[in-house]
Amino acid sequence: MIRLEKRPQPSRGWSIATPLVAVLATMLFGGLLFGVLGTNPLQAIETIFWEPLFGEFAFYYRPQLLVKGAPLVLIAIGLSLGFRAGIWNIGAEGQYIIGALTGAAVGLAFYPLEAWYIFPLMVIAGALGGWLWAMIPAFLKVRFGTNEILVSLMLVYVAEQFLASMSLGLLKNPEGFGFPGSRNLQQYDSAHNADLIANTGMHWGVVAALIAVIFAYVLLNRHMLGFHIRLTGEAPRAARFAGVRPSRLILLCLGMSGALAGLAGMFEVSGPAGQVSIDFNVGYGFTAIIVAFLGRLHPVGILLAGGLMALTYIGGEIAQGQLGLPAAAIQVFQGMLLFFLLALDLLTNYRIALQKPEVA
Amino acid sequence: MSQVLLSLNGLTKAYPGVVANDDISFKIGVGEVHALLGENGAGKSTLVKMIYGLVKPDSGTMELRGQSYAPGEPRAARADGIAMVFQHFSLFDALNVAENIALGMENPPPMRDLAARIREVSETYGLPLDPFRTVGDLSAGERQRVEIIRCLLQDPKLLIMDEPTSVLTPQEVQILFKTLEKLRGEGTSILYISHKLEEIRTLCDTATILRLGKVVGTCTPRETTARDMAELMVGSALKTPERAGRALGEVALDISGLSAPSPSAFGTALKNVHLTVQQGEIVGIGGVAGNGQEELLGVLSGEILTEAGAVKLLGEPIGRMGPAARRALGLLTAPEERLGHAAAPDMSLTENALLTGAVRENLVSNGFLKWGAAREFAERIIEAFDVRTPGPENAARSLSGGNLQKFVIGREVLQGPKVLVVNQPTWGVDAAAAAAIRQALLDLAAEGTAVVCISQDLDELMEIADRFAALNEGRLSTPRSTTGLTVEEIGLMMGGAHGMEVAHV
Repeated sequence: MIRLEKRPQPSRGWSIATPLVAVLATMLFGGLLFGVLGTNPLQAIETIFWEPLFGEFAFYYRPQLLVKGAPLVLIAIGLSLGFRAGIWNIGAEGQYIIGALTGAAVGLAFYPLEAWYIFPLMVIAGALGGWLWAMIPAFLKVRFGTNEILVSLMLVYVAEQFLASMSLGLLKNPEGFGFPGSRNLQQYDSAHNADLIANTGMHWGVVAALIAVIFAYVLLNRHMLGFHIRLTGEAPRAARFAGVRPSRLILLCLGMSGALAGLAGMFEVSGPAGQVSIDFNVGYGFTAIIVAFLGRLHPVGILLAGGLMALTYIGGEIAQGQLGLPAAAIQVFQGMLLFFLLALDLLTNYRIALQKPEVA
Repeated sequence: MSQVLLSLNGLTKAYPGVVANDDISFKIGVGEVHALLGENGAGKSTLVKMIYGLVKPDSGTMELRGQSYAPGEPRAARADGIAMVFQHFSLFDALNVAENIALGMENPPPMRDLAARIREVSETYGLPLDPFRTVGDLSAGERQRVEIIRCLLQDPKLLIMDEPTSVLTPQEVQILFKTLEKLRGEGTSILYISHKLEEIRTLCDTATILRLGKVVGTCTPRETTARDMAELMVGSALKTPERAGRALGEVALDISGLSAPSPSAFGTALKNVHLTVQQGEIVGIGGVAGNGQEELLGVLSGEILTEAGAVKLLGEPIGRMGPAARRALGLLTAPEERLGHAAAPDMSLTENALLTGAVRENLVSNGFLKWGAAREFAERIIEAFDVRTPGPENAARSLSGGNLQKFVIGREVLQGPKVLVVNQPTWGVDAAAAAAIRQALLDLAAEGTAVVCISQDLDELMEIADRFAALNEGRLSTPRSTTGLTVEEIGLMMGGAHGMEVAHV
């Protein structure tokens, strides 16, 4: 019989090994899945994990990794702060949309003026927009004790409606021949979040993501606020005993994650996406939840997980194109990754004990 | 001993790193009250868990009425007539008595029949209980009655009781003992686990004493002195803490007209509490668990805020200050619940040292943590209080209860408090460590700290406190000097027996 025994201490070795083992297990079972679908499993795995990095067209895919990875990391870092404290912001997608809208709106308001201060103002507006959107569930939770999971999630759908209405109305391109969508910010120099080094995918969002990783690392490991965040997540009563004010922490954590999600949206709309459109959001805010957990809510882990997730996205697209794998199979593959990670996560706190079955 | 009911032969159970029970053998006779005596960690719980089918012995056998007995699960043990009253109740606060009892039965009868049975059994054994009262409203003593009646409904041949009196007032203990005497008269055997020696001397026929997993002695309690039993239990002569003569200073803590609702639905609100504690004085606060102890600690630690003037520290109103501000002023506290309240289970001892030590030990500068200093503080606590652990990087939950308790108390004592409030400072701690903790409190008082010790261990309070007061349903009795205070008087201060014999005045 297999039994789980609680470890006296969380195992450090397993907490590092778990993501690696999960990736390997995903490769194995994903390979099986692809095999059953009639594709050569080795080729499929190679296409997903190798092609984007070192394949023939890697020069095109590598920048894409940064473009896809940066918003994921930026949002996931913010989410992880709240998750560490047991504050569950599920609505990063909504905060991402609002951040993109406010950021783009500020830029468009200045059109066609060219000035150095426009882009910084857009950055601030984007962060502020995301922050405000996250303050709604935060305030409702602090004031009325509502559930932040439900409120933040539902606000995603409100934000989506907002996005549609904006791209059809207020922010619609006056010279766009009636098509929905705003002016293209890529063609407006002062508002364009261009590559810092041409054709590398290295835009301001990537820089912001790296800064966020360092900031979160220092906060969690060296600062009292980070200690209080971790303490609240691990033992809420002990946190209150230590002097943590729960409502202040809720406002701070939801605010930070909202602001970072808003920033991600702003960098996306002014850079890779270029314009506000009805289908502007592609689910970064939800995928970031997976990235946060895949990275074990640790800043460095999130950085790696964001990269891995971006890789499976791009590799998955290549596999769809080249090998004709269905999109659903790629999604199952990504789902497997999270599944194995969460399942194996158990081994950090428990060990498997084999023993002979006892006579009941 | 006329007839043997249960005999244990060479029971052994080892856990990784520790032999909990080593070759234990003794017999329990029919109608005998058999005491199982030992310190925390002596192996009492493991032993009764084996009898009750919760744990399987590695080796050794048991015989029940001459038949081989090896229960695979508690259900089998119950079928063989063995019932157990646990120290920690497993009752649902929101359900009534009869519903709670029905939940534990294999085939519960209709509620009306069950209620009638409960009434009948409770009257027969002198344990009055209304089957339709909500458990959340019952006192600890009444809850225990629910558990006992739940067992008696099974008509047991052997009743195992794990530290039953730890939650009772002296008067309630008397009532319980009458019930147990009656059961004995009917031929029911009782295995009575305790470390309270006087109780065992009044109640039990035979006592088996365990130490470190082994049987170290058997005696007839009525013919043995408490001191002899204690020394068998501890394995060495006991050191009684010294009470040096102390000079009392000015009033350090002043609680006046304090009322506060409880944060939890089944907690007890504090009602008009008055108390002053002088520098160098130890005030002991007794009372049955759940009568406002947790709330009193919360009000002093700053987890529950009150009117500003209701709590004063050296004349300064602090009722509206949070925990950190109070610590900065010198009011330190140590709650009862070690894991999850006083300490974060999965965090290291260094992090747990930081938890309350941040301000006074100067472990933070400009919001940034000084890990080196925090680690050093944790090491100082480990050193000074003899905390058994490989080092401060270990998680709090990897420590045994007693060791963690030493750490939690040490953490506050070493910060040099002006006022220290502790709740159940020696709960679950072995005798030597308990003596060390009490000595630390006495030493602290000798240096001029005002100490409030909330405890359910009356012996402890009599040993260290200068004045004694009791909490009863959120009200605090007028404190009285401990010299010359009788057990009878203490019992009345604690509220007598709830709703029984002694009427509420």
